[in-house]
Amino acid sequence: MADELTAEQVADAMYKMVADAQGQKKLKPMDLQKSMIEYFGGDRCDKKLCKAAIKELIESGRCVYTYFGGSFIELPHEEGAAKG
Amino acid sequence: MSNTSGKTPKLDKLDKGPWPSFVKEIKRAAEKSPMSKDLLGQLELSYEEKIGHWKHGGIVGVFGYGGGVIGRYSDVPDKFPNVAHFHTMRVNMPSAWFYSTEALRKLCDIWEKHGSGLLNMHGSTGDIIFLGTVTDKLEPIFAELTEAGFDLGGSGSDVRTPSCCVGPARCEWACYDTLNLCYDLTMHYQDELHRPAFPYKFKFKCAGCPNDCVASVARADMSIIGTWKDGIQIDNGAVKEYADKGMNIQKDVCGNCPAKCMEWDGSTMAIDNSLCRRCMHCINVMPKALRPGKERGACIMIGSKAPIVEGALLSSVLVPFMKMEPPYEELKDLVEKMHDIWCEEGKNRERIGEFIQRVGLGNFLEAIEVEPSPYMVEHPRDNPYVFYEEYFEEGDEDEGEEEDE
Ligand code: SF4
Ligand code: SF4
Repeated sequence: MADELTAEQVADAMYKMVADAQGQKKLKPMDLQKSMIEYFGGDRCDKKLCKAAIKELIESGRCVYTYFGGSFIELPHEEGAAKG
Repeated sequence: MSNTSGKTPKLDKLDKGPWPSFVKEIKRAAEKSPMSKDLLGQLELSYEEKIGHWKHGGIVGVFGYGGGVIGRYSDVPDKFPNVAHFHTMRVNMPSAWFYSTEALRKLCDIWEKHGSGLLNMHGSTGDIIFLGTVTDKLEPIFAELTEAGFDLGGSGSDVRTPSCCVGPARCEWACYDTLNLCYDLTMHYQDELHRPAFPYKFKFKCAGCPNDCVASVARADMSIIGTWKDGIQIDNGAVKEYADKGMNIQKDVCGNCPAKCMEWDGSTMAIDNSLCRRCMHCINVMPKALRPGKERGACIMIGSKAPIVEGALLSSVLVPFMKMEPPYEELKDLVEKMHDIWCEEGKNRERIGEFIQRVGLGNFLEAIEVEPSPYMVEHPRDNPYVFYEEYFEEGDEDEGEEEDE
């Protein structure tokens, strides 16, 4: 049987996905959740674990929420709009 | 022409007359706040050029939260440097907007210290709206707000701050405790409120009776509207008193009943409750004589929204009657199933009402495991838009079914 997956492991995988997509595609929390369940398999990873992983990502400061018509998760970066 | 001169001839016109005016208030704030002064300047420029000068959205927020702060920046910061950042903060209001004067003073003190001093009580979501601060001040404001017992509300693709009417706190018509439900939903959905994970926003509004003083039928993805199952309570003596004082019961009460289900013979009022639409008209006209029934709960309606991405929608009936008592498990189970299917299948910026229109109410009901019922109507006595398979006999498929994909 596969090892039990932790929220930190899912958060690490999510972080990699966000980092790879940065500057090319904005990802929503649901995009991350769907990808994680597909990647780790529905028997190991579920909605609850993904929620905990997103909380971990945000509260560790590794990622931030942004709003551009909808809410997204991105790496912290300098605010474009703030530059005038 | 630039108006950095401080002169605002166009705005001054909105300041004339005896009525309350946002210009009057911004001018008062401008006496102390450079931010409010530049706000006037930028607004005047917008009126001159007939173009807005704000850019919205972005990255700003308080640590750990994905909602509650709406980033706003001037696109002419060189002319109006004091509004280069002018972020809005949404503060979760108390149920039914009850405050102590001490709490109001505290809120104002925090905002005068860290922001423009301008606020809006209340925004269309119901929140206390703090208008205009800079990025560096967000965390200190949040810290002082939480110290004072307040939290930020929702913004972005999350559960928006639930709101409710004054309900049983002051209103005899409340069919359930709107304040308690509003508070319970706010606490139960803290995660969904602060961590946006939906395709788009989701609003709960709780009205105690069909008068719907929070306009939930037009403004909430889920409208929870108090109603009753049994008959309207009638005090015939009190009806007679209204008649004796000159009310034309036949014309003004029975005549305006949309169901035409009331009769008054001069001494007795009769209502055919099986036809009553729970519209509240008769109760509103004769509050001393008529009251909602005793078996009370709420009607759960779904899908209203203002026209943002697509046109406006009103909520339509999803569950005709649900008991509304703590811990509200039945309601929360229903909400969870709705959120699951909408999150799974909804498109970016698609409200749940639009989602239901796209996938069809029949499919939506199947997904959330709710049985179709003739009460699921857009308007009273409207055709149900539920597909009843049992009405189709073998051989009817060609007429009744959509093409196979
Ligand atoms: S909605 Fe009904 S219960 Fe609530 S305040 Fe209005 S009249 Fe009263
Ligand atoms: S609540 Fe409305 S529909 Fe029902 S009896 Fe009164 S007026 Fe008629």
